[in-house]
Amino acid sequence: MQTPSSDTPSTPFECVTFSSGDQVFCLEITQIREIRRWSPVTALPHAPGDVLGVMNLRGAVIPIIDLSARLGLGPTAQNDRNVVIVAQGKTNSSGLLVESVSEILAVGTDAIQETPDIKSELTRGYVGGVIALDDEMIRVLNLDNLLHTETGAAA
Amino acid sequence: MSGANAIRDTFFAECEELLEALIEGLSAMETPGYDPECVNAVFRAVHSVKGGAGAFGLDDLVSFAHRFETLLDLLRNGEKAVDPTVMKTLFKSADVLTDLVEAARLEQVANPDAVKAGHVALDACLADAPQEEEFSFDAVGVDLGDVTVPDDAPRGYRITFRPHASLYANGHEPHLILDALAELGSCETQADLGSIPDLSSFEEGASYLTWTITLVTDEPETVVHEAFEFVDTLCDLTIEVLTPVDDAVEAPETKKEPAGEAAAIPVPTPTSAPSSGPRPTLRVDLDRVDRLINAVGELIINQAMISQRVEELDLPTTAQLNNEIEEYKLLARDIQEGVMAIRAQPVKSLFQRMARIVRETSAETGKSARLITSGETTEVDKTVIERLSDPLTHMLRNAVDHGLESTEGRLAAGKDETGTIQLTASHRSGSVVIEISDDGSGLDRARIYQTAVSKGLIAADTELSESEIDNLLFLPGFSTASAVSNLSGRGVGMDVVRNAVAALGGRITISSTPGVGTTFSVNLPLTLAVMDGFVISVAEETMVVPIAAIFETVHPRPEDIHQIGTDDFTLLIRGQYLPIIDVAANLGLRDAKVPPDISVLLIINSETAGLVALAIDDIRDQRQVVVKSLEASYGPVPGISSATILGDGRIALILDTDEITSLGGAASAMQLASPPKSEQIHADPIQ
Repeated sequence: MQTPSSDTPSTPFECVTFSSGDQVFCLEITQIREIRRWSPVTALPHAPGDVLGVMNLRGAVIPIIDLSARLGLGPTAQNDRNVVIVAQGKTNSSGLLVESVSEILAVGTDAIQETPDIKSELTRGYVGGVIALDDEMIRVLNLDNLLHTETGAAA
Repeated sequence: MSGANAIRDTFFAECEELLEALIEGLSAMETPGYDPECVNAVFRAVHSVKGGAGAFGLDDLVSFAHRFETLLDLLRNGEKAVDPTVMKTLFKSADVLTDLVEAARLEQVANPDAVKAGHVALDACLADAPQEEEFSFDAVGVDLGDVTVPDDAPRGYRITFRPHASLYANGHEPHLILDALAELGSCETQADLGSIPDLSSFEEGASYLTWTITLVTDEPETVVHEAFEFVDTLCDLTIEVLTPVDDAVEAPETKKEPAGEAAAIPVPTPTSAPSSGPRPTLRVDLDRVDRLINAVGELIINQAMISQRVEELDLPTTAQLNNEIEEYKLLARDIQEGVMAIRAQPVKSLFQRMARIVRETSAETGKSARLITSGETTEVDKTVIERLSDPLTHMLRNAVDHGLESTEGRLAAGKDETGTIQLTASHRSGSVVIEISDDGSGLDRARIYQTAVSKGLIAADTELSESEIDNLLFLPGFSTASAVSNLSGRGVGMDVVRNAVAALGGRITISSTPGVGTTFSVNLPLTLAVMDGFVISVAEETMVVPIAAIFETVHPRPEDIHQIGTDDFTLLIRGQYLPIIDVAANLGLRDAKVPPDISVLLIINSETAGLVALAIDDIRDQRQVVVKSLEASYGPVPGISSATILGDGRIALILDTDEITSLGGAASAMQLASPPKSEQIHADPIQ
């Protein structure tokens, strides 16, 4: 797995794209600390359904969230390509379980369009914008909204 | 001045120690037949604060310290006798001085009324000391250049100043000291470059320079010394007087003439230091220590992992590697204990602050109270000390305000007019116990019960045992005083105290005897970072239970387990029935309460429900674990206090044995409070 470098010039927008619940998402590269292979986690009692548990990241205890479940797309299907993206939120790191990581994408910030006016409030909170790439729509995640939800959407 | 801030910080750090020494000395002066040396110690402390404050132009502080010093000087010379009024003034002055230092540190202005009151009290004490009255403290050395010593001819000093490497290592800047000297008068400085070695053998961090300073000034030698005040143990320093003038000023015991500044410094700083000598210490940034502690935590985990891997290799027991692994384990433990010891601090500073709380509260309530402390040398983690300050303050206020009877009440009960509050700290089997006891009338249980009923905290006909009534005090929304006094009723109740203690992993208990007094015991873990625990399995999950919480472990016989109602079970042990709590069910790991074909029960004494038996699947191991907060990375988890990392790198959750008992079932309705058994609170009226 690649560990992206953290220094990015501000005008270009570099992000890592990945798929979750059969949709393509991305996170800005500076928000990602590392990408790890899936390893068993310790479940937390009384946790919402999209919180899989906690994992040991070199001595730090970080919660692991099933991204697909949090987005309301149902639990992530288990396969060998599952990875955990360790994302750096405002106050702490969290791991996001995704189906697979695709590539590193570099576009200009002007390529990010506003999220279309969609019905689901849940989705509007989590998706901060979209990028049109060839025939594909890439959804830019709003990490802070994603990590600081009080009640996870237990799918 | 670029280094001025660092010097300023050092000054305030030193002030803290000086003020501690001051309070300590004053406390010693309270006992009859005290050692006269403690008056000197107090004097020195005040004087050093004044000296430092002068260098920073803190006029309020200097003028108050000077006044304070004047009174102490009279006491020291025996020109004034120490009596209770004087002692009271001294303590009050110490408080004002503390406030002034604090205000100066925060660059604020101290409460002018309090300072004025302090001045007035000191003036009252000094009123019968005519020979000091003529001294006006305008002339006091606010600024080092300003001291006027009458009839003093200029004199010269030859100062040889050779810093040790440690001076640089501690962040002192020789040029700042030289600047300070230059401010005293005309100054000729020569640096001796002779010992600078060849570049090839030049050692970074070593000290090669020596300065010879010829200073012509009006200042007495002590003032010159003060320039080196912060570094005098970190350098070789000689100060020669070139033209000795006015011998009287230098004589150590001069006190007759009103020369103020010069005469008031009979104890030269360098000679006084070794005599009262605290052991040499090193100031270290707390962050560095914490980083070290984290790293050692990782080391312990890593050591456990390696041990486990080696075990998995299934080597013959004679293998050399086994010895080395064992050695590694011991070393890691040693390092860990050593590092934890850095953070450990005696509770003394905390206790000294509490003396002030008792003084103030007794003054406000008009009750006479004295605080007796013991076990001040007991060491506790620094964080614990910091976070204990508020709860302790509150409990001591309570003890004076509510615990002690009024003076008339005490006399009527045949007690000493002055109430006694005892504050003790001690180590007890792996934890620290802090007790606050008063010799007042004890808890008024009838009133507590009544209050709880009237506030709707319990049903009117609830039957409670004495200790259950006592524990009502910890319920949120319970306020003891029927007329809320401005002292204790500061918006914090005992529930806040209890939560603060619980947040430190501790617990608090009350015992009270009518007419004799009340004791609050706070039981705290020695350290927050590491604890001994049982590694257990619960519904296939590996968890850790703090050993400190466990009373005993039981392998029950089937006939000792009795069912009550549909799905509750009890354990019969030594004639007593204890409720059995299924940990897996309460954590939501199993659906229903499984009828216990229980193999192991852990008996714990919970805050909320007294003795209970926790049903778990198995005890696998006993080991020291490094505590990792879950709260910071995820948030609170019901029934879980924190997490740790096991030898295989997996995370294990650490059970909160108190909270687990109140999770799930009927008890959950009251889980925030610390009621006696919840069932009783909701009990239907039977009669």
